[in-house]
Amino acid sequence: MNAFIWTIAVVTVLGLVLALVLYLVAQRFKVEEDPRIDEVEKAMPGANCGGCGFAGCRAFAEAAVKAPNLDNNFCPVGGNDTMAKVAAILGYEVKAKAPMVAVVRCNGTCEARPKVNEYDGYPSCYVKSLLYTGDTGCAYGCLGCGDCVAACQFGALSMDPATGLPVVDQEKCTACGACAKACPKHIIELRPMGPRGMREFVSCVNKDKGPVAKKACANACIGCGICAKTCTHEAITVEGNLAYIDPAKCKLCRECEAMCPTGAIHGVNFPKPLDKDAVKERIKVRQQKAKEAAEAAKAAEAAKATVISSEVEKSKKEATNE
Amino acid sequence: MSKHTFSIGGVHPHDSKISRECAIQPLPIAPTVYISVAQHIGAPSVPCVAVGDKVKVGQVIAQPGGFVGAFIHSSVSGTVKSIAPRADLAGRPSTHIEIAVEGDEWLEDIDRSETLVTVIPEDPKAIIEKIRLGGVVGLGGATFPTHVKLSPPPGSKCERVIINGCECEPYLTSDFRTLLEKGEQVVVGAALLQKAMGGVPCTIAIEENKPEAIAHIREVIAKLGYKDMDVMVMKMMYPQGGEKQLIDAVMHRQVGSGALPISVGAVVQNVATALAVYDAVQKNKPIIDNSVTVTGECFPQQANLLVRVGTPLQYIIDFLGGVPEDAAKVISGGPMMGRAVANLQAATVKGTGALLFLTEKQTRRAPESNCIRCGKCADACPMGLEPFLLNKLSKAKDWDACEANAAQDCIECGCCLYSCPAQIPLLDNIRVGKGAVLGAIRARAAAAKAAAEAAKK
Amino acid sequence: MSKLLVSPSPHIHSKVSTKSLMLDVVIALIPAVICSVVFYGWQELLVLGVSVASCVLLEWAITKYMLKQPSTIGDWSAVITGILLALNVPYTTPWWVIFIGAVVAIGVAKMTFGGLGQNIWNPALVGRVFLLVSFPTYMTTWSQPQGLFGVDAVSGPTPLGAIQEGLLQGASVQDLTAAYNYKDLLFANLGGSAGEVCALALLAGFVYLCCRKVIKPWITLSIFATVALTSCIFWSVDPTRFTDPVFNLLTGGLILGACFMATDYVTSPMSLWGGVVFGVGIGFLTMMIRYFGSYPEGVSFAILIMNSVVPLLNMWFKQKKFGRK
Repeated sequence: MNAFIWTIAVVTVLGLVLALVLYLVAQRFKVEEDPRIDEVEKAMPGANCGGCGFAGCRAFAEAAVKAPNLDNNFCPVGGNDTMAKVAAILGYEVKAKAPMVAVVRCNGTCEARPKVNEYDGYPSCYVKSLLYTGDTGCAYGCLGCGDCVAACQFGALSMDPATGLPVVDQEKCTACGACAKACPKHIIELRPMGPRGMREFVSCVNKDKGPVAKKACANACIGCGICAKTCTHEAITVEGNLAYIDPAKCKLCRECEAMCPTGAIHGVNFPKPLDKDAVKERIKVRQQKAKEAAEAAKAAEAAKATVISSEVEKSKKEATNE
Repeated sequence: MSKHTFSIGGVHPHDSKISRECAIQPLPIAPTVYISVAQHIGAPSVPCVAVGDKVKVGQVIAQPGGFVGAFIHSSVSGTVKSIAPRADLAGRPSTHIEIAVEGDEWLEDIDRSETLVTVIPEDPKAIIEKIRLGGVVGLGGATFPTHVKLSPPPGSKCERVIINGCECEPYLTSDFRTLLEKGEQVVVGAALLQKAMGGVPCTIAIEENKPEAIAHIREVIAKLGYKDMDVMVMKMMYPQGGEKQLIDAVMHRQVGSGALPISVGAVVQNVATALAVYDAVQKNKPIIDNSVTVTGECFPQQANLLVRVGTPLQYIIDFLGGVPEDAAKVISGGPMMGRAVANLQAATVKGTGALLFLTEKQTRRAPESNCIRCGKCADACPMGLEPFLLNKLSKAKDWDACEANAAQDCIECGCCLYSCPAQIPLLDNIRVGKGAVLGAIRARAAAAKAAAEAAKK
Repeated sequence: MSKLLVSPSPHIHSKVSTKSLMLDVVIALIPAVICSVVFYGWQELLVLGVSVASCVLLEWAITKYMLKQPSTIGDWSAVITGILLALNVPYTTPWWVIFIGAVVAIGVAKMTFGGLGQNIWNPALVGRVFLLVSFPTYMTTWSQPQGLFGVDAVSGPTPLGAIQEGLLQGASVQDLTAAYNYKDLLFANLGGSAGEVCALALLAGFVYLCCRKVIKPWITLSIFATVALTSCIFWSVDPTRFTDPVFNLLTGGLILGACFMATDYVTSPMSLWGGVVFGVGIGFLTMMIRYFGSYPEGVSFAILIMNSVVPLLNMWFKQKKFGRK
């Protein structure tokens, strides 16, 4: 019986002493922190992907709590929903941002862009890019070793063995930008998702002159400028033999896509497949009309000019007569 | 006789000097040459001719683009056709001056006779100036402008000139042939370098697998009666020709991390560079050609050719009968540090020392397997690094740890990958880590400099 | 000429591969295998066959069905584990005990960690120690061997086992060791695991490995030196209680352990001085276990304990970097 009491006593005293020690230590090393940081962190997706520009979700939370507003802090992974929660915690206003998605701007498939040599080093795009311009004739396009796939934390990227190019799963893509950073050729761009996912982009980054680009890859943008001429919204610029569609200006009319001679312009998620001939016809008619209108205007101008000149002559005559 | 070698690591690949009996013969001049303006380490040169200009052999066609830069001379006579970007052997575009060849007319002040000029100019500055004007760069591989190397920063003093005749890479024989056929010129070139550095002693280091060259150079030195110049016989070991390794082997001094050889009082120049120095100073002849070994077991016609700078690789290969059927890889340089050629239309540069053909069996990498922690890479590393560790750290993108484990010291000699039984592509990954660490070091230095300047103001 | 290959330098590779290294080890083990078969007969051959076959099969099955990876049996490391396990058990061990040993060696000690190169402990030793602890009866029972070609091995406990037994009963070491002469120990051990049977065969294998530059001799030599030194000190203090150095060197699987198990690449330090410290540790621990522990021989335990500190040794002992202090 005595031993029993002793056991209880020892365990109790030991427990109390240890509890006291733990309490004192916790007090001694306590870090004063804004409790909102924890709350914000809880609201974050917790992927620690660094897509926001901070080292992780905790770092983002600290920065967001310190910042005077949320203008410079946006979590691309959580998107507007998460930011609304964060804003509610911090009492800030949040500006909704258009959802973005990663877009692969290279369509150099195995058939379109034949290999001209064989790479035999470590299968990493970065290592390959340090060594040379790549195993195809195109010095700008996808190297096909999948650094982007390795960089993606969300499983949104995969290599298509048929084309040798990465494919983005837009349902999984959070637009954190890790793939764009990992790609040594900078072929991955973050673009607005577009209404119902519809978007139009140039799937090529080749800046070589037309014939050179065409020789290296059948699907290359050759910088011909037809798209820019066709576009009625001034959304397309051609710079350094390469067209670029400004997503902010593009109205998704798909006319450039229909007109592109190499098929470098891609439209995705459109409900109907593109009827190229119809669109071409439409453009033709419009251009015809525009031409006619221009001619008419010209004629009118000319007529006006003749009228004016005749009037001038008349007045001159009158002047001389006088 | 004791044989010298460096103190840490090294491997000994098979020698394979199968072209050693082939005398250096001049290659007929190509119909068109493409001379790159970026043939050396440092700023690219600036073209000083215009399209349509007539040029002669030896005429300056591009001026140095900065202090670390070099003159570039026309290697042929003819008309400048274009100055435009052209793909180099890795497919990367860089500016090339295209010259259509017409005849072979040399500038008058170039001495083309065979007479050996042994009178050494008295003024070291004049020697260095002539080297600069001759566009001489290190021909051992790094193509660092020689006049910059010969102008030590204030506070450092050269104690010994080392002429690197190791040619430790397998297959290469152009330095060996140069030593045999132009030994006198090389020795006079070495004497010129001695003089330029203020009359310091000079060592010509030659590996033991070239006994003919060793005997010949010893004979020449005795004949010409140069004092303070000797031949050192080196043990066969790769990478003996590496600058830091050679200084360690010859002088038993180790150049610190990130430091220059001059910090331990050494100046190392390659045999071919010594010859170029002789040509530039004694004969007024700038670098317009260099000897190129064309070799490989699968290549029927071994040769050592004297090739004009800017000759397309395809032209050289066609001259010797085209790329053999079973060749799988063409390498510019040796098998350990050379660069695989992706573009055979690329033109030679001053530093092109060899064209090597390897078969699929010789060169194809076997599939990678698990590291078995044998430590062979660490044993082989001549810089005393741990490649297996750096490989892991590089793959994990842990640049701070890479720096702590001295990734920046890697000389990319390839000993680790060569000796790895699991065929792990160690060097491929370590290069990435080294690049990142060097970038970080440069960024820190720039930031420190900016901060210091801001503090001054 | 089809498409040119392009890769970063270097463009050539030495002829040494994982497979060639492992094959060299197998070759080095052949003399010991032959000796053990000659001394212990067909039964030993059965032990070897079961051990090697189950190790290889297990590795194949695990890579194929559990890890779903390409098979790694082509590197011959499983064969080495099999041979070493067989040489580490008595020839009378039943086949199912050996199979359990193989399961532990390959399944637990090797593949669980990720296969060759990832394991912390030497797989064969883990298997052996597991059997020693789990089936002590089988592992320490020795009966009359049926040697080939009329070579008779003497039955009885292992010399170290006999001495420990004797010491417990109050006899002195001198009396006990008098039964053994060193020549017998060198050429044909008197009972014990198959691999302990012929010291000369094992040493021949070790010399072969050193000549082929597969292993460096530092680890093995430092084990021998430490065992010799430690036992010298104790023996000179009290020869009635402690066995003498030569006896210790030649018995209890020390040579097998020092030449083939401690020098395993994966579980030994890479640098020279790391290896020396590793060897000294093994030698010292072996002697401590032999003199003061409850097991008659301690090589297995000593190696496993030192295996555990290899990562630390690799961290502490690095070779000097070029041009750095």
